[in-house]
Amino acid sequence: MSKLTVKTEGDTHVVVTRRFAAPPEAVYRAHTDPKLLQKWLLGPEGWSMPVCISEAKPGGKIRYEWTNRKGGGFHLTGEYVELEPYSRIVHVERMFLPDRTPDNHVETRFDADGTGTLMTVRMTLSDAKTRAAMLSTGMEKGMEASYVRLEGML
Amino acid sequence: MVAAMNLDMTFAALADPTRRAILARLAKGEATVMELAAPFKMTQPAISQHLKALEDAGLVVSRVDGTRRPRRLAKAGIEAMDQWLEMLRKALEKNYNRLDKVLANMEAPTTRTGEKR
Repeated sequence: MSKLTVKTEGDTHVVVTRRFAAPPEAVYRAHTDPKLLQKWLLGPEGWSMPVCISEAKPGGKIRYEWTNRKGGGFHLTGEYVELEPYSRIVHVERMFLPDRTPDNHVETRFDADGTGTLMTVRMTLSDAKTRAAMLSTGMEKGMEASYVRLEGML
Repeated sequence: MVAAMNLDMTFAALADPTRRAILARLAKGEATVMELAAPFKMTQPAISQHLKALEDAGLVVSRVDGTRRPRRLAKAGIEAMDQWLEMLRKALEKNYNRLDKVLANMEAPTTRTGEKR
Protein backbone atom coordinates (compact mmCIF):
# COMPACT_ATOMS: atom_id res chain seq x y z
CA MET A 1 0.00 0.00 0.00
CA SER A 2 2.91 2.25 -0.81
CA LYS A 3 1.31 5.49 -1.90
CA LEU A 4 4.49 7.53 -2.12
CA THR A 5 6.82 7.65 -5.10
CA VAL A 6 10.17 9.48 -5.28
CA LYS A 7 11.87 9.74 -8.67
CA THR A 8 14.60 11.74 -10.31
CA GLU A 9 13.73 13.24 -13.68
CA GLY A 10 16.26 14.55 -16.21
CA ASP A 11 19.35 16.18 -14.71
CA THR A 12 17.78 18.66 -12.30
CA HIS A 13 14.37 17.45 -11.09
CA VAL A 14 13.09 15.33 -8.25
CA VAL A 15 9.41 14.36 -8.46
CA VAL A 16 7.45 13.12 -5.45
CA THR A 17 3.84 11.88 -5.66
CA ARG A 18 1.49 10.91 -2.84
CA ARG A 19 -2.25 10.21 -2.57
CA PHE A 20 -4.37 11.53 0.29
CA ALA A 21 -7.90 10.56 1.34
CA ALA A 22 -8.90 14.23 1.82
CA PRO A 23 -10.00 16.56 -1.00
CA PRO A 24 -7.54 19.04 -2.62
CA GLU A 25 -8.79 22.00 -0.57
CA ALA A 26 -7.86 20.30 2.71
CA VAL A 27 -4.44 19.15 1.48
CA TYR A 28 -3.73 22.63 0.09
CA ARG A 29 -4.66 24.23 3.42
CA ALA A 30 -2.42 21.76 5.28
CA HIS A 31 0.45 22.98 3.09
CA THR A 32 -0.13 26.72 3.62
CA ASP A 33 -1.71 27.22 7.09
CA PRO A 34 1.12 27.57 9.67
CA LYS A 35 -0.94 25.95 12.46
CA LEU A 36 -1.51 22.88 10.31
CA LEU A 37 2.08 22.75 8.95
CA GLN A 38 3.42 22.66 12.51
CA LYS A 39 1.50 19.44 13.11
CA TRP A 40 3.06 17.35 10.37
CA LEU A 41 6.13 18.90 8.65
CA LEU A 42 8.48 17.65 11.35
CA GLY A 43 10.87 15.08 9.90
CA PRO A 44 12.25 12.53 12.35
CA GLU A 45 10.47 11.57 15.58
CA GLY A 46 11.37 13.95 18.44
CA TRP A 47 11.62 17.10 16.31
CA SER A 48 9.20 20.02 16.44
CA MET A 49 8.72 23.29 14.54
CA PRO A 50 8.41 26.13 17.08
CA VAL A 51 8.57 28.84 14.39
CA CYS A 52 6.38 28.57 11.30
CA ILE A 53 5.80 31.60 9.08
CA SER A 54 3.79 30.98 5.91
CA GLU A 55 2.40 34.07 4.15
CA ALA A 56 0.36 32.38 1.45
CA LYS A 57 0.36 35.12 -1.19
CA PRO A 58 2.72 35.86 -4.13
CA GLY A 59 5.98 37.18 -2.66
CA GLY A 60 4.88 36.00 0.80
CA LYS A 61 7.56 34.84 3.24
CA ILE A 62 8.22 31.28 4.35
CA ARG A 63 10.28 30.45 7.41
CA TYR A 64 10.33 27.12 9.24
CA GLU A 65 12.56 26.50 12.28
CA TRP A 66 13.01 23.00 13.64
CA THR A 67 14.49 21.86 16.95
CA ASN A 68 15.04 18.52 18.70
CA ARG A 69 15.11 20.28 22.11
CA LYS A 70 18.59 18.83 22.69
CA GLY A 71 20.47 21.73 21.13
CA GLY A 72 19.98 20.51 17.56
CA GLY A 73 18.24 22.70 15.04
CA PHE A 74 18.11 24.07 11.50
CA HIS A 75 15.86 26.30 9.48
CA LEU A 76 14.45 26.90 6.02
CA THR A 77 13.48 30.16 4.35
CA GLY A 78 11.56 30.74 1.14
CA GLU A 79 9.14 32.84 -0.84
CA TYR A 80 5.82 32.02 -2.45
CA VAL A 81 5.82 32.72 -6.18
CA GLU A 82 2.34 31.68 -7.34
CA LEU A 83 -0.73 30.32 -5.56
CA GLU A 84 -3.82 28.88 -7.24
CA PRO A 85 -6.17 27.81 -4.45
CA TYR A 86 -6.65 24.86 -4.10
CA SER A 87 -4.75 23.29 -6.97
CA ARG A 88 -1.20 24.64 -7.24
CA ILE A 89 1.58 26.29 -5.23
CA VAL A 90 4.91 27.50 -6.62
CA HIS A 91 7.57 28.50 -4.13
CA VAL A 92 11.35 28.75 -3.71
CA GLU A 93 13.11 27.39 -0.63
CA ARG A 94 16.58 26.84 0.76
CA MET A 95 17.87 25.21 3.95
CA PHE A 96 20.38 26.53 6.45
CA LEU A 97 22.29 23.56 7.86
CA PRO A 98 23.73 25.98 9.03
CA ASP A 99 25.28 26.84 5.61
CA ARG A 100 22.81 28.01 3.01
CA THR A 101 21.91 25.35 0.43
CA PRO A 102 21.16 26.35 -3.20
CA ASP A 103 17.60 27.41 -4.02
CA ASN A 104 15.10 24.67 -4.68
CA HIS A 105 12.20 25.73 -6.96
CA VAL A 106 9.16 23.70 -6.00
CA GLU A 107 5.85 23.30 -7.80
CA THR A 108 3.18 21.45 -5.81
CA ARG A 109 0.00 20.34 -7.58
CA PHE A 110 -3.14 19.07 -5.87
CA ASP A 111 -5.35 17.16 -8.31
CA ALA A 112 -8.73 15.67 -7.37
CA ASP A 113 -8.49 11.87 -7.42
CA GLY A 114 -11.90 10.33 -6.70
CA THR A 115 -12.84 11.71 -3.28
CA GLY A 116 -9.17 12.26 -2.46
CA THR A 117 -6.13 14.08 -3.81
CA LEU A 118 -3.13 13.17 -5.90
CA MET A 119 -0.32 15.51 -4.89
CA THR A 120 2.68 15.98 -7.21
CA VAL A 121 5.73 17.84 -5.90
CA ARG A 122 8.20 18.74 -8.63
CA MET A 123 11.51 20.12 -7.38
CA THR A 124 13.94 21.86 -9.73
CA LEU A 125 17.58 22.39 -8.75
CA SER A 126 19.95 24.61 -10.69
CA ASP A 127 22.08 21.73 -11.99
CA ALA A 128 22.83 18.03 -11.60
CA LYS A 129 25.56 18.63 -9.02
CA THR A 130 23.22 20.66 -6.83
CA ARG A 131 20.56 17.98 -7.05
CA ALA A 132 23.10 15.34 -6.07
CA ALA A 133 24.09 17.43 -3.04
CA MET A 134 20.45 17.83 -2.00
CA LEU A 135 19.81 14.13 -2.35
CA SER A 136 22.83 13.18 -0.24
CA THR A 137 21.68 15.65 2.45
CA GLY A 138 18.32 13.88 2.44
CA MET A 139 20.19 10.63 2.94
CA GLU A 140 21.92 11.92 6.05
CA LYS A 141 18.60 13.15 7.46
CA GLY A 142 17.06 9.76 6.75
CA MET A 143 19.90 8.05 8.57
CA GLU A 144 19.50 10.45 11.46
CA ALA A 145 15.84 9.47 11.65
CA SER A 146 16.72 5.79 11.89
CA TYR A 147 19.29 6.49 14.61
CA VAL A 148 16.68 8.42 16.60
CA ARG A 149 14.28 5.49 16.23
CA LEU A 150 17.02 3.12 17.36
CA GLU A 151 17.61 5.28 20.45
CA GLY A 152 13.93 4.96 21.23
CA MET A 153 14.17 1.16 21.20
CA LEU A 154 17.20 0.92 23.51
CA MET B 1 29.51 8.24 8.74
CA VAL B 2 31.66 6.13 6.43
CA ALA B 3 28.55 5.10 4.50
CA ALA B 4 27.50 8.74 4.18
CA MET B 5 30.94 9.72 2.83
CA ASN B 6 30.83 6.97 0.22
CA LEU B 7 27.41 8.15 -0.81
CA ASP B 8 28.69 11.71 -1.19
CA MET B 9 31.30 10.31 -3.59
CA THR B 10 28.62 8.30 -5.34
CA PHE B 11 26.46 11.35 -5.93
CA ALA B 12 29.43 13.51 -6.90
CA ALA B 13 30.39 10.84 -9.45
CA LEU B 14 26.83 10.84 -10.81
CA ALA B 15 26.70 14.63 -11.12
CA ASP B 16 28.50 14.49 -14.47
CA PRO B 17 26.47 13.75 -17.64
CA THR B 18 29.34 11.86 -19.32
CA ARG B 19 29.67 9.60 -16.29
CA ARG B 20 25.94 8.93 -16.28
CA ALA B 21 26.15 8.08 -19.99
CA ILE B 22 29.02 5.68 -19.25
CA LEU B 23 26.89 4.00 -16.57
CA ALA B 24 23.97 3.76 -19.01
CA ARG B 25 26.28 2.07 -21.53
CA LEU B 26 27.66 -0.31 -18.88
CA ALA B 27 24.12 -1.21 -17.83
CA LYS B 28 23.93 -3.02 -21.21
CA GLY B 29 27.05 -5.05 -20.47
CA GLU B 30 30.78 -4.74 -19.84
CA ALA B 31 32.98 -2.63 -22.13
CA THR B 32 36.60 -1.56 -22.53
CA VAL B 33 37.85 2.03 -22.39
CA MET B 34 38.15 2.04 -26.19
CA GLU B 35 34.57 0.83 -26.61
CA LEU B 36 33.36 3.39 -24.07
CA ALA B 37 35.26 6.26 -25.71
CA ALA B 38 33.82 5.54 -29.19
CA PRO B 39 30.38 7.21 -28.81
CA PHE B 40 31.83 10.26 -27.00
CA LYS B 41 33.88 13.03 -28.55
CA MET B 42 36.53 12.44 -25.92
CA THR B 43 40.03 11.01 -25.73
CA GLN B 44 40.66 7.70 -24.01
CA PRO B 45 42.57 9.39 -21.13
CA ALA B 46 39.55 11.63 -20.52
CA ILE B 47 37.27 8.58 -20.42
CA SER B 48 39.77 6.86 -18.10
CA GLN B 49 39.53 9.84 -15.72
CA HIS B 50 35.75 9.49 -15.60
CA LEU B 51 36.07 5.74 -15.06
CA LYS B 52 38.42 6.35 -12.15
CA ALA B 53 35.85 8.65 -10.50
CA LEU B 54 33.19 5.98 -11.01
CA GLU B 55 35.48 3.26 -9.63
CA ASP B 56 36.42 5.39 -6.59
CA ALA B 57 32.72 5.89 -5.94
CA GLY B 58 32.18 2.13 -6.01
CA LEU B 59 29.89 2.28 -9.03
CA VAL B 60 32.14 0.53 -11.56
CA VAL B 61 34.61 -2.35 -11.29
CA SER B 62 37.12 -3.75 -13.77
CA ARG B 63 38.56 -7.20 -14.41
CA VAL B 64 41.69 -8.34 -16.20
CA ASP B 65 41.21 -10.32 -19.41
CA GLY B 66 44.62 -10.74 -21.06
CA THR B 67 45.57 -7.23 -22.19
CA ARG B 68 41.97 -5.98 -21.86
CA ARG B 69 40.51 -4.50 -18.73
CA PRO B 70 36.75 -4.49 -19.32
CA ARG B 71 34.63 -2.41 -16.94
CA ARG B 72 31.20 -3.32 -15.61
CA LEU B 73 28.66 -1.90 -13.19
CA ALA B 74 29.31 -2.68 -9.53
CA LYS B 75 26.24 -4.16 -7.86
CA ALA B 76 27.09 -2.63 -4.48
CA GLY B 77 27.24 0.91 -5.83
CA ILE B 78 23.99 0.60 -7.70
CA GLU B 79 22.30 -0.91 -4.64
CA ALA B 80 23.59 1.96 -2.46
CA MET B 81 21.81 4.40 -4.76
CA ASP B 82 18.57 2.46 -4.51
CA GLN B 83 18.93 2.35 -0.72
CA TRP B 84 19.39 6.08 -0.61
CA LEU B 85 16.20 6.76 -2.56
CA GLU B 86 14.43 4.30 -0.27
CA MET B 87 15.62 6.22 2.82
CA LEU B 88 14.48 9.56 1.44
CA ARG B 89 11.16 7.88 0.66
CA LYS B 90 10.89 6.70 4.27
CA ALA B 91 11.66 10.15 5.69
CA LEU B 92 8.96 11.73 3.48
CA GLU B 93 6.50 8.94 4.27
CA LYS B 94 6.81 9.79 7.98
CA ASN B 95 5.73 13.38 7.33
CA TYR B 96 2.91 12.36 5.03
CA ASN B 97 1.61 9.69 7.41
CA ARG B 98 1.37 12.47 10.00
CA LEU B 99 -0.40 14.65 7.42
CA ASP B 100 -2.96 11.84 6.86
CA LYS B 101 -3.89 12.15 10.56
CA VAL B 102 -4.00 15.97 10.41
CA LEU B 103 -6.34 15.77 7.39
CA ALA B 104 -8.58 13.21 9.11
CA ASN B 105 -8.95 15.59 12.07
CA MET B 106 -9.62 18.68 9.96
CA GLU B 107 -13.18 19.94 9.69
CA ALA B 108 -14.87 19.23 6.40
CA PRO B 109 -13.53 22.03 4.18
CA THR B 110 -17.06 22.99 3.05
CA THR B 111 -18.16 24.02 6.58
CA ARG B 112 -15.68 26.93 6.67
CA THR B 113 -16.37 27.75 10.33
CA GLY B 114 -13.34 30.00 10.44
CA GLU B 115 -14.57 32.23 7.65
CA LYS B 116 -15.51 35.80 8.56
CA ARG B 117 -19.00 36.91 7.65
